[in-house]
Amino acid sequence: MKMPRKMPLFFNSLNLKFSSQFKNHLKGDNLFKLVSALFASSIFLLLGLMIYTLIEGSWLSIQTFGLNFIVGTTWDPAISKVFGALPLILGTLVTSAIALLIGVPISLGIGLALSEYLPRRFGFAISFLVELLAAVPSVVYGLWGMFVLIPFLREHVYPYLQTALGFIPLFSGPIYGGGVLTGGIVLAIMIIPTVSAVMRDLFSAVPNSQREAIIALGATKWETTKIVVSYARSGVIGAAILGLGRAVGETMAITMVIGNKFQVWPSSLFDAWYTMAAIIANELLEATYDLYVSALINVGLILLIITLLINVLARLIVWRAMRLTRGIVRE
Amino acid sequence: MDYHKLRFIKDRLMQSLVYLSLILAFIPLFSIIYEVFVRGVSAINVDFFIKPTPTVGEVGGGVANAIQGTLITIGLASLIGVPVGLMSGIFLSEYSESRLSMIIRFLHDVLGGVPSIVIGVFAYALITRSIGFSVTAAAFALAVIMIPIVTRTTEEALKLVPMSIREAAIALGIPRWKVTITIALSSARKAIITGILLSIARIAGESAPILVSMGFWRWWFAGLNRPVANLALNIFIFAMSPFKNWVTLAWGSALILIIMVLIISVLARITLTRG
Repeated sequence: MKMPRKMPLFFNSLNLKFSSQFKNHLKGDNLFKLVSALFASSIFLLLGLMIYTLIEGSWLSIQTFGLNFIVGTTWDPAISKVFGALPLILGTLVTSAIALLIGVPISLGIGLALSEYLPRRFGFAISFLVELLAAVPSVVYGLWGMFVLIPFLREHVYPYLQTALGFIPLFSGPIYGGGVLTGGIVLAIMIIPTVSAVMRDLFSAVPNSQREAIIALGATKWETTKIVVSYARSGVIGAAILGLGRAVGETMAITMVIGNKFQVWPSSLFDAWYTMAAIIANELLEATYDLYVSALINVGLILLIITLLINVLARLIVWRAMRLTRGIVRE
Repeated sequence: MDYHKLRFIKDRLMQSLVYLSLILAFIPLFSIIYEVFVRGVSAINVDFFIKPTPTVGEVGGGVANAIQGTLITIGLASLIGVPVGLMSGIFLSEYSESRLSMIIRFLHDVLGGVPSIVIGVFAYALITRSIGFSVTAAAFALAVIMIPIVTRTTEEALKLVPMSIREAAIALGIPRWKVTITIALSSARKAIITGILLSIARIAGESAPILVSMGFWRWWFAGLNRPVANLALNIFIFAMSPFKNWVTLAWGSALILIIMVLIISVLARITLTRG
């Protein structure tokens, strides 16, 4: 809200005598600003406390394992009490990458349909449905994944996939239903709302002059659309990274469909695996001694650092892309 | 001639791909809603709403304790989350010219991007380790999730209030803070309440932070330093259990959550598009 910030000073320079009522107004204004600023600044405290608490909680694990925690491949709470999170990090990144491979093209399509292809009134209804997809709780996706998606994939999709592509090692091996690919599919469904909403906004921000120029040259609808996409391409990358940030932190749904098996590398896309978020959800309650708890908090700390990096990067890219396109419109 | 045909075919092909992606995205949505309704309805009866979690092997039972627990947890979370979010939103919209608010807005975006499981671990390390698995820890985690959502929606709602209304009030000699509270807040009332409802819908569905900070609880509310039952967490525990009865209850709980989310989303759509 643009308000004349310097108003009190301006009045001072006029050497007016303020009524006591006006002075009270100023006092109230300053007090109100101070109080709301204090509340708003609690975010510093909150984020600071979060980072401090997580570092403090994982200190024992950091001291014991150091960098070996990130490159170690053993997770043995029962006997040797050695913890290494590399398989978890790999599991998280690979399932998220599969989610992006499936989810980003579909989101791109939805973003284009909403901004370029569909009439606006129709677009409103579709946007609402996409929002609904975002509002479904993670655990309901997990429930649906366990009892609907897994049986469907196991019986109607994976066997055919295996006969068609079984010569590639990725698609060989036993089919359980749950596993790496199923996890990736569920994550893809869950990131589509976020990514497609950002893409719609990006494409809508592309100035019409760009479209008109190429249409005037005799371009087809698709050739026009290509111009729109290339105009917003850095934002598209940002939107994909934003989706990656969501996929990496997703917990309940992935815990329920990935099979939760600690191993460095799965034998195929149908094999079970584990992610950072899933191991915290499964084991934090059962962690019986300090080092075990500390190792799990350490996993949480790594997850926080990864998501912070991803999110900050994505926000900067999207923000810059938005500003660039908007800036050109104004000129 | 062939070249033009090729362009035309390519155009049509890409158009169908765009529409195909829409259809692909909506299959899961409709499948989820359909399955949850069909499988959930069979779980719903009077017992479902008045009886607590059944013990292993017991027939029937319900989720009454989980509904009570969820309401208590949401209530406690709102006690922290709503005032902080509301005041932060007011600061960001009314004093947006200051550099501080740019940084604060960015940090709220950052907090909004932190995975809920990490917030759960935060609550666990900060509160659960000192007072035990408790509704307090869970409510704190949910409040942290709530704050960025309430802040964002409050800020956006206040920014939609026309400047002319504020100017008119200021011209009448009303101090700026009173203008904010009585004029701006009350004109944006509907949108702000909608934002709070949206954040409640979001935290009602959260189960990861609940799981790590409070854990599963089969009984009624037993004090702020004890856990309470939770609908969303019940779905996870029940679904992973081998008992048929519990799985049925999971679908029933999912139905309640989905209906709540649907109602709030439709409500939000109506109030936010009408302004």
